[in-house]
Amino acid sequence: MVHENLADVSDRLIYASILVYALAMLALCAEWAFSSRRFAAEAVEAVPVKALVGAGGPEVAEILPAAPPARERAEKFGRIGLSLAVLGFLLHLGGMACRGLAVDRVPWGNMYEFSSMSALAAMGVFLALTRKYDIRWLGVFVVTPVLLTLGLAVTVLYTDAQQLQPALQSYWLVIHVIAAVTSAGAFTVGAALSILYLVKEHAERTGSATLSRLPAADALDRIAYRVHAFVFPLWTFAVIAGAIWAENAWGRYWGWDPKETWAFITWVVYAAYLHARATAGWKGRRAAAVALTGFGCFLFNYFVVNLVVTGLHSYAGT
Amino acid sequence: MTITDSSVDAAPVPPPIGAVGMARWAWRQLTSMRTALILLFLLALGAIPGSLIPQRGVDPVAVVEFRNRHPELASWYDKASLFEVFSSPWFSAIYLLLMVSLIGCLVPRTRVYLRAVRARPPATPRNLERLPEHRAVTLDPGADADPETALATAAAALRRRRFRVETYEGSISAERGYLRDTGNLVFHLSLVVVLVGIAVGHLYGMRGSALVVEGQGFSNTVTQYDNLRTGPRFDVDDLSPFTLTLKDFQARYEEAGNQRGAAREFEAKVTVIDAPGSPPRADGIRVNHPLNLGGSKVFLGPHGYAPAVTVRDGNGNVVFAGAVPFLPVDPVGLSSRGVVKVPDAAPTQLGFQGFFLPTAAFDLQRGPFSTFPEPRLPRLVLNVWSGDLGLDDGVPQSVYRLDTTDMTQVKESTKADAQPLTQSLAVGDTMTLPGLGSLTFDGYREWVVLQVAEDPGRTPALAGGALALAGLLASLFVRPRRVWVRARRDEAGRTVVEVAALARSEGPDLAADVDGVVEALKSSNSSGSSDSSAATAAAPKE
Repeated sequence: MVHENLADVSDRLIYASILVYALAMLALCAEWAFSSRRFAAEAVEAVPVKALVGAGGPEVAEILPAAPPARERAEKFGRIGLSLAVLGFLLHLGGMACRGLAVDRVPWGNMYEFSSMSALAAMGVFLALTRKYDIRWLGVFVVTPVLLTLGLAVTVLYTDAQQLQPALQSYWLVIHVIAAVTSAGAFTVGAALSILYLVKEHAERTGSATLSRLPAADALDRIAYRVHAFVFPLWTFAVIAGAIWAENAWGRYWGWDPKETWAFITWVVYAAYLHARATAGWKGRRAAAVALTGFGCFLFNYFVVNLVVTGLHSYAGT
Repeated sequence: MTITDSSVDAAPVPPPIGAVGMARWAWRQLTSMRTALILLFLLALGAIPGSLIPQRGVDPVAVVEFRNRHPELASWYDKASLFEVFSSPWFSAIYLLLMVSLIGCLVPRTRVYLRAVRARPPATPRNLERLPEHRAVTLDPGADADPETALATAAAALRRRRFRVETYEGSISAERGYLRDTGNLVFHLSLVVVLVGIAVGHLYGMRGSALVVEGQGFSNTVTQYDNLRTGPRFDVDDLSPFTLTLKDFQARYEEAGNQRGAAREFEAKVTVIDAPGSPPRADGIRVNHPLNLGGSKVFLGPHGYAPAVTVRDGNGNVVFAGAVPFLPVDPVGLSSRGVVKVPDAAPTQLGFQGFFLPTAAFDLQRGPFSTFPEPRLPRLVLNVWSGDLGLDDGVPQSVYRLDTTDMTQVKESTKADAQPLTQSLAVGDTMTLPGLGSLTFDGYREWVVLQVAEDPGRTPALAGGALALAGLLASLFVRPRRVWVRARRDEAGRTVVEVAALARSEGPDLAADVDGVVEALKSSNSSGSSDSSAATAAAPKE
């Protein structure tokens, strides 16, 4: 039994959340733009002052007052962006809840629903992090992949609200997939942090002012590690729960089905990341590269294995 | 490295470290973290072909198809065991080396760990202010303000915060977070347990499948299986002695929408006799809800239709009567293909081949097909061959395929240009073959594949998995740290207490621990004036 009205409401809420996320992204980009202008102003202020003193520089006087309003404006855009992100998250959450109510089951039974849920999880992980750390600067790097994922979900992967086939009718769908969905979200945030770390680390080494708004590379590396340290046990749990489900559904807990194989590869690569971070000569850049490889494996498992390679998990596509 | 040969003219020779030295060097290399990392990458890389090349253990049919399409490539794949990556020598070598490296890493670490767990928290460093978190508190003079009492207060506060506390001369040393190393060791050891579980399942387990038609029974003996794989240590006499009868197979499908025909519910109603002599009982098997029968689990596998036919030969004798399983070729409409072989027919043997269509339809493009998996307009479409079925050649034959090499197709008439005979039968219809006999379509039954599995290794594997997860959580989230407290009298005779902390891993909240001790000291020293005069807190360094 599918409640068509609720399914319709769900679709509308998802579209609304896409719109609000897009606005949030614009606001957060504006914050970046204004804060980098501020830094540009400070750079001008810091370096040419000596040169201009001799010239009796009136230009300096023009530049200096411009800085505080830009900072205020950046701050304002940042707050607006974050508020919009929260609003988008709530709409998104409502959309997924309606989807679940429309079909009387958990809303993660096909790729459309799984993608939307993992985008929701990524936003959730980010918003949870903002409560603990001052990391609004990460916002645009999370909202952008979230928008891309949702865009892909509503266009390419969209599936009408439907009931589940027998293979998916199990409470393990709740346990296994909620762990996988949350992992997907946290992997995305972790990957964004690792990329930012790599860029920032490069900027610090070359003395460039790129991303000067971000915290030091070391701090980025630490936050990236925290996120990965949170998601690795969760992913381990997702794999174990999947194995228990497979044992219950197919009579074997591990059969090297392509999906299982890539889940294993992803797990091994993230395990390597945790080891690399504790190994001399591997910590830092190399470890971050390993984490990104792990994220690549995760994406491969989701998109390529689901859509191209056939296996027992191929029902995930429809 | 030093060259031991003193002669200058001689070419440099490697140091004579000897066999023992070599072995020790190799062992140290193998158990280093770097090697473990490389082996982890190799394991990940090695698994990739297993997901992209068809695997015999996962999909044997796909392997055969691949072989037919690319015979040259397949022979190369065979040499590298690429059709069975996960049992190949090279993949086994990677994970066995990884396990050896792991154990080689664990043994010395366990020794260190056991020593650390038993050791007292270490002596207080001389300069506490150099530690990352440091506060100094000057206590107000009073009854409770001597250094010994202050240290006792601090020790009690630390014990409340679940620190292990050790008293030294004029100071105390406290440590907590031992579970991190415990967790780390448990996690790695559990991986070995998981591997042992997998090995046990491989040696002592079994997996088999059998196709059962409604009304038929299945007793759990070797001969009843269509497919049976047993571990080298599995004793077939130990097969759980149950018998199942398939009473009814029920299916429900999506009726409307673009997923019309998609499966929604399957259930096999069975009668179970747990062991010879026990009373029969009714039960059901559904997807995700296997039946547990004395250590064996019975799962519901694929399903399909078995049309029931009666065949009379040219002499009018009934030479065949029964239900013949047809295999689905179209997952949406469940069109099924199959063969009826009648070796006892006279004057010649007969073979029928064709399709069973649950809800028959016809168009010019596809010919006859089925629009829905439920039998709403069941039709049996057959053509007929006569001659030698080839069953006596000694070559094993598929029951789903007709070998027509020594057969001729029966035509509509004896005219030279007659078309091959093809007839679409409704239930109760009979097709007549002039001079050869007839076939009556009596009805249809459903069949299911029952999959039986026994895996004594799954409990150890699951326990290993659960332990690994617990260990992992401890090793990632327990944050070991040390706190030291030193109390002394200053020149004025007041008691000065220093509290400092050191993290032994990333990210513990040292300030909270230090503040906790300082708070305890202040509140027990509350007899004096306001606490603002008492504390001189050093600014935290971060």
